[in-house]
Amino acid sequence: MSEKIKFTIDGKECYAEPGQNVLDAAADNGVYIPSLCHVRGLIPAGSCRICNVKIAGRNMTACTTPVEEGMEIENDTAELQDMRKAIVEMLFVEGNHFCPACEKSGNCELQALAYRFQMMVPRFPYEFPLRKPDSTAPKLWIERNRCIKCKRCVRSIKTADGKNIFAFRKRGHEVEIQIDHELAAQMTDEEAKKAADICPVGSILYKEKGFSEPIGTRKFDKNAIGSDIEKVV
Amino acid sequence: MTKKITIEPVTRVEGHGKVTIHLDENNNVVQSRLHIVEFRGFERFVQGRPYWEAPVLVQRLCGICPVSHHLAAAKAMDVIVGAGTGEGLTPTGDKMRRLMHYGQMFQSHALHFFHLCSPDILFGIDADPAIRNVIGVIQEFKDLAVQGVMMRKYGQEIIKATAGKKIHGTGAIPGGINKHLSQEEKDGFLNGADPLNIDKMIEWSKASIDLFRDYHAKNKELVDSFAAFPSNHLSLVRKDGALDLYHGVLRAVDAEGKKILHDVDYQDYLKYIGEEVRNWSYMKFPYLLEFGEQEGWYRVGPLARLNTCDFIPSPLAQKEFEEFKAYTNGKPNNMSLHYHWARLIELLHSAEMMKELLNDPDLMEGELTTKGKKQNEGVGLIEAPRGTLFHHYKINEKDEITMANLIVSTTNNNDPMNLAVKSVAENMISGESKITEGMLNAVEVAIRAYDPCLSCATHALGQMPLEISLFDKSNQLIDRKRN
Repeated sequence: MSEKIKFTIDGKECYAEPGQNVLDAAADNGVYIPSLCHVRGLIPAGSCRICNVKIAGRNMTACTTPVEEGMEIENDTAELQDMRKAIVEMLFVEGNHFCPACEKSGNCELQALAYRFQMMVPRFPYEFPLRKPDSTAPKLWIERNRCIKCKRCVRSIKTADGKNIFAFRKRGHEVEIQIDHELAAQMTDEEAKKAADICPVGSILYKEKGFSEPIGTRKFDKNAIGSDIEKVV
Repeated sequence: MTKKITIEPVTRVEGHGKVTIHLDENNNVVQSRLHIVEFRGFERFVQGRPYWEAPVLVQRLCGICPVSHHLAAAKAMDVIVGAGTGEGLTPTGDKMRRLMHYGQMFQSHALHFFHLCSPDILFGIDADPAIRNVIGVIQEFKDLAVQGVMMRKYGQEIIKATAGKKIHGTGAIPGGINKHLSQEEKDGFLNGADPLNIDKMIEWSKASIDLFRDYHAKNKELVDSFAAFPSNHLSLVRKDGALDLYHGVLRAVDAEGKKILHDVDYQDYLKYIGEEVRNWSYMKFPYLLEFGEQEGWYRVGPLARLNTCDFIPSPLAQKEFEEFKAYTNGKPNNMSLHYHWARLIELLHSAEMMKELLNDPDLMEGELTTKGKKQNEGVGLIEAPRGTLFHHYKINEKDEITMANLIVSTTNNNDPMNLAVKSVAENMISGESKITEGMLNAVEVAIRAYDPCLSCATHALGQMPLEISLFDKSNQLIDRKRN
């Protein structure tokens, strides 16, 4: 068994497995670093930038940075928290996120982070982009208005022989999520549900099941995002 | 010289509206209109959305009666998912929705009567506006004000227990409901500490009818003649003719009580109902096709419901219903202020129905949803607090809504409200050269008797003040009052 690596987060002594990234290691030590694109077990993408921490004076994404012996990490500082909040606000203004009628409400990680950061009104102007949903797949509704381009679906939802079912198309500011209609038509209920569940927002919807989870029992109805990690240790 | 009076905006209602009254050289009323001056557009922007989102999205057009829209849309989606109309749901689905609806009816009727209309009854139509408001009621009639608030709270708590939230919940889903009632919730509603228990709600509902009865006895001429005019009446009734606010068949009677729409399936409403557009209002004018635009208009809401139904299936409300019917010798009641009487009888009925449902074990266990062969079109009808509410949707093979048509209660009452305004204008303003505040309020009293909810009819946000302006023959403003 390999020896654990010793590091600190905001002065707290922590231990990590060799090769473990800062975000996962922090969680194992009961420290919550917010993130939208990272899912433990997937190769980190570093795309949402919300997990930014400060290491040796530099901003680094916690999900893509391996822990090193003696590393001193700043996480819960006013500067970092405001920067994270600003990113959440940017995500809200950059898409069309109308929580009141969204079936992911209560289970949405973006909404939960906005609550955690006590976001009231974004500091940036709304863009109200024109985006068209794709409802062609028999089991999934692709709601591009809410996509935050985290690539969780691209990285994790594949066919048995390893083909991607989801991909990005277009470039830069216009990049959007696309589903392979032929492969999507062959998805099982279980695969479709997995795709909807992996999406942190209401961008991949499992058709005809919206709102079946009553208010009060949804993931973030009673517990703030990250509170499960902070309870650990 | 002719004059034009504009009342804009109308107070103690929800939404934006204005009234214009045209007078001739002798100050006789030649034309009066209630204009709905806001635009909502839900019918358009629901297009392209997934069908299962409609019950949650469309209810956002109202903050007072969202449950009605939530349930009407859900009923339409029941048809789309092949669960059929009301009878097709599981007992739990049907009864939880009914409990939600009666909670909604109870809180909305309490709000309508106590918060919005009781100042006119308690202080008088022409009383000082400084006290003729809900704050005045709280100061002068504290016990009554508390009753109003607590009755509304009880209804709202019922909604929360069934829909998940007091306003804009998510309980009704296509084909049923998403939760059961817990034992704790049931016990609280049935046996909660005073006053929040069902027996107290029934007692207070009865007392509110006594309050109206007392007002009626003291102001018989006013109550019986104020905006009284013959009309057709339309509502849902249960298949056996009973009052049913959640599900049934469509029935209409004329001013004499003759059936003119014979208990038809509301899925076919387009065979019977047309909508006329007039260029001075964002609200359409529905009418019974068979009788045309001129003769086919009708009233909806509590008064219409008690005029169309044969009986009320709850004992205490039935007793009140018998007295109500006896007052007009069994004929339809065409007196606008009697809307309040009918509304309070329905308040009592709703309380009785809630008690019956709360004692039903189906609420706490059983299948929540059902479905069958998918359809591409569905109509949902419900009796909302202000009247019959139509939701009609079409979807495509990709589950996108391609068409939505909403005929809301206020829209159904468009012609009657215009006639009520005309009646009050002719009786109280005709021949007068100076507008008094009491005059202005009388017009509003007529509108409030029907409906305090203008915004949902046009698919607005904000305050709802009333303004009256006086115009001469060449449409020049010569006087204006605004509160």
